Amino acid sequence: MAQARSQLRCLLGSEPFFLAAFDPNRTLLDFLREERHLTGTKEGCAEGDCGACTVLIGELHEGVLRYRAANACILPLGAVDNKQVLTVEHLADPVPHPVQAAMAAQHGSQCGFCTPGMVMSLASLHFAQADQGCTPTLDQINQALAGNLCRCTGYGPIIDAAQAACQQAVPAHCQALREKSQVLLQGWAADGTYLCAHGAAGTFAAPTSTRELRQLIDRQPQARLVAGATDVGLWISKRHQRFAAVIHLGSVSELQRLAHSGEALEIGAAVTLADAFAALAALAPDLGVLLRRFGSPQVRGQASIGGNIANGSPIGDLAPALIALGARLRLAGPDGEREIALEDFFIDYGHQDLLPGEYVAALSIPAEGQQHFRCWKISKRFDQDISAVCGAFNVQLAHGKVREARIVFGGMAAISRRARRCEAVLKGATPGPALLPRAADALAEDYAPISDLRASAAYRGQAARGLLERYLSAMAGQPVPVLYPAATPPVNTHA
Amino acid sequence: MPETAPQQPAAALAHDSALKHATGEAVYVDDIIEPGGTLHLAPGYAPAVCGRIETLNLEAVRAAAGVVAVLTAKDIPGQNDISPMNRGDEPVLADHAVRFYGEPVFAVIATSHRAARAAAALGRLEVTPEAPLLTVDAALAARRFISEQQVMQRGDWQGALAAAPCTVSGTLYCGGQDHFYLESQVSLAIPQEDGDLLVYCSTQHPSEIQQQLAKMLGRPAHAVTVEVRRLGGGFGGKETQACQWAALAALGANLTGQPVKCRLDRDDDMLMTGKRHDFRIDWQVGHDAEGRILAVDTTMASRCGCSADLSDPVNDRAMFHLDNAYFFPAVRIRSQRCFTNTVSNTAFRGFGGPQGILAAERIIEAVARATGKDPLLVRKLNFYGPRERSLTPYHQPVADFVADQIVAELEQTSQYWQRRQAINQANQGADTLLRGLALTPVKFGISFTTSWLNQAGALLHIYRDGSVHLNHGGTEMGQGLFIKVAQVVANELQLDISEIKITATNTAKVPNTSATAASSGSDLNAMAARNAARTLKRRLIAFAANRFGVAEASVHFSGGRVQAGGQTLEFAELVNQAYLARVQLSATGFYRTPKIHYDRKTAKGRPFYYFAYGAAVTEVVIDTLTGENRVLAVDILHDAGRSLNPAIDLGQIEGGFIQGMGWLTTEELWWDNEGYLKTHAPSTYKIPSCGDRPPHMDVRLWSRGENTEATVHRSKAVGEPPFMLAVSVHQALADAVSSIGDYARVPQLDSPATPEAILAAVHAERALTADTRVPA
Repeated sequence: MAQARSQLRCLLGSEPFFLAAFDPNRTLLDFLREERHLTGTKEGCAEGDCGACTVLIGELHEGVLRYRAANACILPLGAVDNKQVLTVEHLADPVPHPVQAAMAAQHGSQCGFCTPGMVMSLASLHFAQADQGCTPTLDQINQALAGNLCRCTGYGPIIDAAQAACQQAVPAHCQALREKSQVLLQGWAADGTYLCAHGAAGTFAAPTSTRELRQLIDRQPQARLVAGATDVGLWISKRHQRFAAVIHLGSVSELQRLAHSGEALEIGAAVTLADAFAALAALAPDLGVLLRRFGSPQVRGQASIGGNIANGSPIGDLAPALIALGARLRLAGPDGEREIALEDFFIDYGHQDLLPGEYVAALSIPAEGQQHFRCWKISKRFDQDISAVCGAFNVQLAHGKVREARIVFGGMAAISRRARRCEAVLKGATPGPALLPRAADALAEDYAPISDLRASAAYRGQAARGLLERYLSAMAGQPVPVLYPAATPPVNTHA
Repeated sequence: MPETAPQQPAAALAHDSALKHATGEAVYVDDIIEPGGTLHLAPGYAPAVCGRIETLNLEAVRAAAGVVAVLTAKDIPGQNDISPMNRGDEPVLADHAVRFYGEPVFAVIATSHRAARAAAALGRLEVTPEAPLLTVDAALAARRFISEQQVMQRGDWQGALAAAPCTVSGTLYCGGQDHFYLESQVSLAIPQEDGDLLVYCSTQHPSEIQQQLAKMLGRPAHAVTVEVRRLGGGFGGKETQACQWAALAALGANLTGQPVKCRLDRDDDMLMTGKRHDFRIDWQVGHDAEGRILAVDTTMASRCGCSADLSDPVNDRAMFHLDNAYFFPAVRIRSQRCFTNTVSNTAFRGFGGPQGILAAERIIEAVARATGKDPLLVRKLNFYGPRERSLTPYHQPVADFVADQIVAELEQTSQYWQRRQAINQANQGADTLLRGLALTPVKFGISFTTSWLNQAGALLHIYRDGSVHLNHGGTEMGQGLFIKVAQVVANELQLDISEIKITATNTAKVPNTSATAASSGSDLNAMAARNAARTLKRRLIAFAANRFGVAEASVHFSGGRVQAGGQTLEFAELVNQAYLARVQLSATGFYRTPKIHYDRKTAKGRPFYYFAYGAAVTEVVIDTLTGENRVLAVDILHDAGRSLNPAIDLGQIEGGFIQGMGWLTTEELWWDNEGYLKTHAPSTYKIPSCGDRPPHMDVRLWSRGENTEATVHRSKAVGEPPFMLAVSVHQALADAVSSIGDYARVPQLDSPATPEAILAAVHAERALTADTRVPA
């Protein structure tokens, strides 16, 4: 077992930084701005939606230092242990990064307040495209910037800057910094310690194995488990919640596994959405489109599959799709593990089948029988919005007739759940538009949606019906018209 | 001084802070290194929409960790009012009663920003609830207004309507809009000697902040200095709305004797600050069979919120733009300014103009559908023209009309008619995805309609080394004002731009300034700065002529050098010699816009010095199963006169368009039945993101643009006008829906055209049309 270490350690730019006691509720942004006076990183919303606070988090991935954009406003300071933090100031030391020079040359800033965040997201793209030896498409630039709002420019000059900068190599000073930092982080990773910092304000622990994790949970059953903290971070920044103990799951090796067996894809609970992207998109292309629209690169680089499920957030846009795919959960408790179907995990709004001391360990999705899976999300804005309605459909056919149907909607009830009546109509029938009147009537009985800021009850019902119609047409072999052509995979979320 | 000869458009220089933005070096108010002992302030409010405050229990707030002081209305030494119109209806902290959900009642001062915010949530306030008025319709029914109804009319509109061969009428609702500047409201107040205050504030209107703070503290204006280097976005939202937070910081600094910073959290900012007015517009139009408009009658009712703020001039400007680019032979425009129990609405880019123009284009669309003509033809048929067809509803002739030329050019370059035909064909065979197309013009009046605001001052120093310190009353909020003004000064003195030091707006340098608003920033401030430069240049010329014994006419400035007869010397050398000869090397400059006047009582006059024009073509696609939609292509041609800086101007045009597109599509403000704004953060309020930018977007400055009035270098204001080019998005979406009924009707499509609004319009159109192409 690894040894507990009481000091947080990270690289701030090139500088190793050690911190013995810190508030487990402190965000990286407040630390950067208030303690280090690195004020280039801005607070725009404190909820991980505008991207003004974007920084790069460098961490070892298979021994190589990889940079990803993250929202510092909701990232607990403790989560950067053993990692590197790069801010807009670091990129410009001693000369501006090509992205910074291009933003100025292409008129990519007006008020300038979103600019540092834009620069960091584009720097992430720049590193990734250099590593992969490709030039990003317009769609990939849009995706890289989906988590950065600009109110002034209309984005055109920023896209121009991205394209201009991506013609240039990673600058020597950044390359040197990366090489030097990689060696340092490798050394840290090899010393076999894990962070367990106790301070006046509380405890922050980042175990590296499930054994350590179990011990920590047993010792502090009230501890808040976090992986990416892209939801819990808001409880701290917006609801002023304070946790006396936080256990960070991001370093637990067993929870980081992503494994294909012949029968299923098993994803460890702490695998980030970015790291799971390729496997999920390969399993079902629509899942790739859904994920591309899930949060933003900053969110997907931190947020985990397990966290999205365990928090039972009604806005967990993945749940309908995963239930329709027949996903199952492995839960680890004090007395061992148990497995349940995902659809049984969600009991009611904010209420999940999770016992005291238990955590979500892994998710598995059957590899077979997914060829008729489709899912679509409807929201006011295409990128980085929460769905008003999300519909996921999956059928198994036998001799052209539906043998089994799984139809699941999000946004239609307090939790994502199956449309049993509608499924019953499909069962035994030939799927196609002829089924629509009966299936739609059944669907209307399956749910009693509410009106809220995202949509009215009436619209939710109509849109759900529209998606059902879309699915039935697709099953009859009719082309599904789409507003957005098939998305290219994002550059900076490749595993 | 004679007007300089027309020049080539000035250089497309980068924003003066461009590289500093990109490297994080640009300092915003929250980035200023805090003086020792700086405290942090957060406002607190009652969980109620309106009613009398019964109990105000702040025990838990005072006891919370890090709390230093808690402020209420009783702590205000002077007047508890920051109404820009001196109406006494905008308390800094509510006393006795609250009028909207989120109205600040107390403020916490603590040792950190987080401690202050956490403590502010602990107030226990009880309010005897009263029935709130939450919408325009509710306010109209209750006849509650913040000011008198205004009427503008010309000609016998009643007779013309009655005699018109055809009439159409309708009602259009358009929603409000949050500014969503990326930097939320922020002020830092630092105590000085004599009880004075230095206030760093992110505001478009430093002079107003100064005056209001003095009034609140019961002190003369000279006791308060306000400085603004830059704003992280304004858009009208930091004109009057910056004041309350500056006032609270000032009050806190005054009380504690320590520096106090108030930076609003995003949620508080969106709950507590005013937005664009939402409108209900009832319209009726009489026209002939050709589509020629004969008479228009409209009533525009807006949600002003719980106080007057700038609602009167905003609604006036809505009336001024109900015509857009069209001549109405007879017209009546009524305007009703509704009181509601919601946050007081305020200035926002366009200032009422967008709502007026949206209605104008809806009227055109209705006439087109009624006559079976393409809306573009009806637009062209009704453009302003010469002589009797040049008169606006407020009796100002449109003397500089070029929208017809711009539209004609864009119609060609965008291949409007080929695309129209292709879309009509595609829609006929389509079940699910329908396309729409629209070309709309913009005519926007330039000048503050409150005539006395059209003045500006500047201060220019030349130091002995020849370097120049430039200061003026305009604020830099990203629009590029500072670089434009610096370019004008550099051109005047024939110096490199690097010789001109751009400095923070400061009430101690240039007093009594107007807000940087109404697109007037460079028109006013560049002229004032140019006048200051000319004063200095005149002194230097006189000195050089005397010194070198030549006529003043033979002294020339060029490329950083001065020629005086046979002598040539560096600018810096001349300056130093002038200094030694005791020539004053500092000057103020002043400018007031000529020719303008307006009588609000009779609704007649010349409120605008000139008009800015532009046009846009937008193509969209909608999904009739879900209402999802996308803007596919946009072509813009815009008149910025002789552009002072084409790069800056193009940025304003494209940025304004996308912001307007957001207003008309994804940006929806949603209150629950308790009057609580549920869309108070970017997670719930959706401004356009990068992917919403249309894949085809072509933005051009109109090459023939030139101001007919003697503005600085014949340029035109460009801050607001392009916002309204986005009306073409809404028109194109309606065009797509209208195709369901073979373009026989104007669809019931309000704004914002969310997927929900579009699907509702599709269903309504299907129900109305006999053509049931798709089984419903």
